[in-house]
Amino acid sequence: MFGKLSLSAIPFHEPIIMGTLLMVSLGMAALLGWLTLTRKWGYLWSEWFTSVDHKRIGIMYVILAIVMLIRGFADAIMMRAQQAIASADAAGYLPPHHYDQIFTAHGVIMIFFVAMPFVVGLMNLVVPLQIGARDVAYPFLNSFSFWMTASGVVLVMLSMFVGDFAATGWLAYPPLSELKFSPTVGVDYYIWALQLSGLGTTLSGINFVVTILRMRTPGMKLMQMPVFTWTALVTNILIVAAFPVLTVALALLAADRYLDMHFFTNELGGNAMLYVNLIWIWGHPEVYILILPCFGVFSEVVATFSGKPLFGYKSMVYATMCIGVLSFLVWLHHFFTMGSGADVNAFFGITTMIISVPTGVKLFNWLFTMYRGRIRFTLPMMWTVAFMVTFTIGGMTGVLMAVPGADFVLHNSLFLIAHFHNVIIGGVLFGCFAAINYWFPKAFGFKLEERWGKASFWCWVVGFYMAFMPLYVLGLMGMTRRMNHYANPAWQPYLIVAAAGAGFIALGIGFMLLQFAVSIRNRAANRDLTGDPWGGRTLEWSTSSPAPFYNFAVLPEVEELDQFWADKEHKRAYKQHQRYADIHMPRNTGVGLIMAAFGTVLGFALVWHIWWLAIGGLVGMIGTYISRVYDTDVDYYVPGAEVEKIERARLVPLHKLIENVDPASAGQKVA
Amino acid sequence: MSQHGHSNAHQHNAHGTLKSYTVGFVLSLVLTVLSFGCVMSGAVPQHLVVPGIVVFCVVQLLVQLVFFLHMGTAPEQRSNLSIGVFSLLIIAIVVVGSVWVMHNMNAHMMQPVIQSMSSSIG
Repeated sequence: MFGKLSLSAIPFHEPIIMGTLLMVSLGMAALLGWLTLTRKWGYLWSEWFTSVDHKRIGIMYVILAIVMLIRGFADAIMMRAQQAIASADAAGYLPPHHYDQIFTAHGVIMIFFVAMPFVVGLMNLVVPLQIGARDVAYPFLNSFSFWMTASGVVLVMLSMFVGDFAATGWLAYPPLSELKFSPTVGVDYYIWALQLSGLGTTLSGINFVVTILRMRTPGMKLMQMPVFTWTALVTNILIVAAFPVLTVALALLAADRYLDMHFFTNELGGNAMLYVNLIWIWGHPEVYILILPCFGVFSEVVATFSGKPLFGYKSMVYATMCIGVLSFLVWLHHFFTMGSGADVNAFFGITTMIISVPTGVKLFNWLFTMYRGRIRFTLPMMWTVAFMVTFTIGGMTGVLMAVPGADFVLHNSLFLIAHFHNVIIGGVLFGCFAAINYWFPKAFGFKLEERWGKASFWCWVVGFYMAFMPLYVLGLMGMTRRMNHYANPAWQPYLIVAAAGAGFIALGIGFMLLQFAVSIRNRAANRDLTGDPWGGRTLEWSTSSPAPFYNFAVLPEVEELDQFWADKEHKRAYKQHQRYADIHMPRNTGVGLIMAAFGTVLGFALVWHIWWLAIGGLVGMIGTYISRVYDTDVDYYVPGAEVEKIERARLVPLHKLIENVDPASAGQKVA
Repeated sequence: MSQHGHSNAHQHNAHGTLKSYTVGFVLSLVLTVLSFGCVMSGAVPQHLVVPGIVVFCVVQLLVQLVFFLHMGTAPEQRSNLSIGVFSLLIIAIVVVGSVWVMHNMNAHMMQPVIQSMSSSIG
């Protein structure tokens, strides 16, 4: 009846897990109780859960990412604590099987459920606004994509308390991930969580490629798109090209585990190396999928806060495209040691070194943008500068490892761990934090407090260096990754420093949450009435903060790059129109959420081999979609009169404001 | 007049004509028959059957892209064409690259094992 599922799947004998379960349950109960008491459910359902508004979906993505960042960080600090203790005779507090699950969950969560939702969320929030569109090309699909990602999150979180998670490392290499060596449901949770969220990501990719290519405001040519939109375009093309490879690799692994196939097994002609090859054909573009939009964020931030147009816009675009293509030519550098010949290793070593060139071009572009600019060191700018320093270090250690000979020494050592945290934290996370501080007013209508933000910034930066610089040293001393225990006491001091660094990062996360709380409390004081709190250059700043649900009352006409800046210079910005046309908008729908809920059921049932439930989940998913197909009431028109009312409410006081202080150009012009 | 001509041209590119559909249909039929013939007639030498099917398959793909999906060099189709070329490039990198990598790895890692196995069996 319930397949492999029974009460014994719940790990009652593990005090750490049960304690966590208790805390999570209490927290959830408190949250749900508060929502019920304050009668927020109706509001949440109609305004957020069923929303097809790209801005709200973007915000939900980012909230999901922050929640999962805390979960992933909890895993990280447990690992750092274990390694700080478990030297020589001490065994530490985590048994090996649990430790293995923790480092697997940490990697999976941080990449798939923190970095990806962050990046996709930012693209959701910003891209339609930057290209002067009213929404993405397929708003319903967008909502479905988000809920599929959430569905993957639900499965991963569930695996902690019902059954176990994969103990294979974040890419689940076979033969370890095959049924023979991983007989529990851990790898199945891994497979289905990633398949569900991967479907969502692929659909998002398609959605954004179409949005950027087809929904640009009249007059905006490709070469007039803001750089963030450019990086989003290339990222989404990479998503569409790379994610199917992941889907196939995981599907083949699932076939091995469920249908007794032998694609990657040791016996009967299976070849585990093919899995490694396939997963990195997805995996390498994936890291550029994450970092490219962050490069876009830094480009926007640097230009805005230096008060200058971005230096070398065209070279930035071409560098992005180069990285996009080259990212498909370097995957073997993840497994130099697997046994290819010198010719293959040399080819991929050289392509890896080449890909650092366009990245270097970008760094110089940012530096030249800052050169002789009037720089304002706001939080987004501080994160950007920290990124430039940190990422350069990470990039250099990367190029070092691109030398196949050196990689034979450093492969799977903590040097590698230090390298990729160096680029992912220093690049992706710093970029997302810069973006949160930068676009927060556009999303919510008020700025974030600087004080706690700065405290968070310094804790993160100091914590990052303390946590990962010792890991470089340890790597050179020969410490390998994923160790539950080690016999060499010389490593311990470095691991204690690293654990202290993780403590600083914990403070950084704490201060960031405090920053949100304080900013929400003081929102009246930090209200952004102009819609342009930073002296921005691109179209998203031309509309109000928070942006109205229709984004633009009249689609902006674009003739040049940084159109909004030019409009402000020529006093053409904030035009009030005599009359407004009706606006065609998509209607909210819960279908995406319901389909994803059935998807979660399907995934859970597949994990536990509950076949009737799996069929039920699949039929429910398809049935819900069919019901949506027959629903003709999917859109509506906002009457022009209502648009006029909303616009007047913003523009009339705004014009008075501009006459008094002229915020569009006050203090932001280059001297 | 010119506008009329333009809309005509657009229609032609977007939807094709009866003639282009007929040509595409006949070509794809011929290619299908040839593929089956390759296997079933027995006239083709054994070692050429698989390469033959692959060639007919690729030509079939191109015929369908050009005649049914209207991919071509016309201005309206330029973005489709560039996306098509990019996809081809990525597929080529992935397929050729994987075959190269796996073959190379096999050559370096598996050969001695097979030899020692066969010698121990022999």
